[in-house]
Amino acid sequence: MTAITSTRTALPARHGLRDAVGAGVILAVGIGCHYLFPNSLSFLTMILSVSLLVMSLDLVTGVSGVATLGHAVLYGAGAYAAGIASVNGISDPLLLLLIGSLAGLLAGIVSGALILKGHGLPQLVISIALVQLGYEGVNKASAVTGGSDGLAGLSIGPLFGLYQFDLWGRTAFWLALAIVVVVAVLLRILARSPFGMLCKGIRQDPVRVRAMGASSYVTLLKMYAISGVVAGLGGALQAVSTQVVGLDSITFTASAEALVMLIVGGTGTIFGALLGTFVFMWFEHAVSAANPFHWLILVGILLIVVVLFAPRGIYGLGMRLFERKDG
Amino acid sequence: MPAGTLRVSGLNAGYGRTVIVEEVDLLVPAGQRLSIIGRNGMGKTTLLATLMGLTTHHSGTIEIDGASIEKASATRRAAAGLGYVPQTRDVFKTLTVEENLVSGLKGHPKSNIERAYEMFPRLKERRRNLGWQLSGGEQQMLATARALLGEPSILLLDEPLEGLAPVICQELTAAFGELAASGKMTIILVEQHVKNALAFADEVLVMERGRIVWSGPSRVIAEDTSLIDKYVGVSSLH
Repeated sequence: MTAITSTRTALPARHGLRDAVGAGVILAVGIGCHYLFPNSLSFLTMILSVSLLVMSLDLVTGVSGVATLGHAVLYGAGAYAAGIASVNGISDPLLLLLIGSLAGLLAGIVSGALILKGHGLPQLVISIALVQLGYEGVNKASAVTGGSDGLAGLSIGPLFGLYQFDLWGRTAFWLALAIVVVVAVLLRILARSPFGMLCKGIRQDPVRVRAMGASSYVTLLKMYAISGVVAGLGGALQAVSTQVVGLDSITFTASAEALVMLIVGGTGTIFGALLGTFVFMWFEHAVSAANPFHWLILVGILLIVVVLFAPRGIYGLGMRLFERKDG
Repeated sequence: MPAGTLRVSGLNAGYGRTVIVEEVDLLVPAGQRLSIIGRNGMGKTTLLATLMGLTTHHSGTIEIDGASIEKASATRRAAAGLGYVPQTRDVFKTLTVEENLVSGLKGHPKSNIERAYEMFPRLKERRRNLGWQLSGGEQQMLATARALLGEPSILLLDEPLEGLAPVICQELTAAFGELAASGKMTIILVEQHVKNALAFADEVLVMERGRIVWSGPSRVIAEDTSLIDKYVGVSSLH
């Protein structure tokens, strides 16, 4: 028998403190960015809305171990639902976010029900097929979605009847920041709840979970549905903040990029997804502006460096260094 | 949940088309401690897995407190009151002890975890260690504690003492005895150590080639070593 007799803390128990610190850091960075980059608020809002997609992907991939390259279909569902509702007369931004979340929920249930029927590579193929179907469906339904021209003419009313969505994107930015902070903390709580732990157990060994008397399929489908709500919220947030919905919100590329952002930040921690989105999109934005011809090479190098030297992502690396310092 | 009654009639089950458990009939009244013994490969583990719904059911009925469950999924069987601790000590290696326990709550109150720690104080000391950092005995305690969180009325234990140090065996056996004495659950134990199995149980079943070949009070078989020699092996009591 090889018992480890030390009481070494493998995973710190100070979850609540970490959540509070994390929320504080997100708020501080957000407020800092607002004042440091007042001309980039639209871009920052875009980062925040995409971070909801990446966090939702973390729920199914990082926490639950489901392989998917089609998660943008949930984001796109939210974006188009909010956009279509807006052009049909609904202008309240919170109601549009709710509509987007519900559309994401529906898309999550449908796509989850299909994707979870497969395992490994078949699962990936089904997810890719779904996002391609979604893309083609939206493209063909141009009378409703605007097709390849995108859905324009969204009319968004003031937030709480008071704050207009201005040209500088201030209202959208604060709204997005508040949503991201709340969602990130809620998802972390979800990930360490009995339900979240069961999902982590399924990621590790679905057969064991079955022996425990739990259903992997039903559990993961519930997680997919929750993930759909979050991704749909992100898509709706994008629609509300940019007042246009394009086909690029429902592409295979968007799905693959979300996965890359998740890996850059670190899987299974939620905060890692947020960090990965921020680092990846900011880096991409900066290098594409600095070198419009070879920026993709630099992005590729970043990915290789992260994967080789920080396999648990930037957040995982940071936590490891912090824990080492903490003793 | 009070202790449950298990009734099995004409059960045939196995893996795919292969039938391993044949024509099994048994009745385990509420609160009874039953041990299933037999040589290796005789179908004891398959019988427990079949009760839990993890094998291919061919024919026969399984009832808990009169309700038929042979067609139900493992999830429904767990909800009906079955708790299962497999032979492989299925703990999640990269989750902490506490996270492993949380994963087994399935809607039951978190206070159940404190009760599990009372039963296995060793787990409380290790609550922040990962599954792979535990000894075999501690993993067994964790798997058992996790099954208990679901408040089963019938607990199925598959070779829980296999490969464990004598001191850990004693600790676990005491815990199982405590559970049985509480009268809150029926316990079915599959065990290779005949001495432990007989000491634990009121009733004993002997399995051979997937069939029950002997059943009766444990004291009867404990006193008749020829029965043990016949069904289990000469040195099994030593």
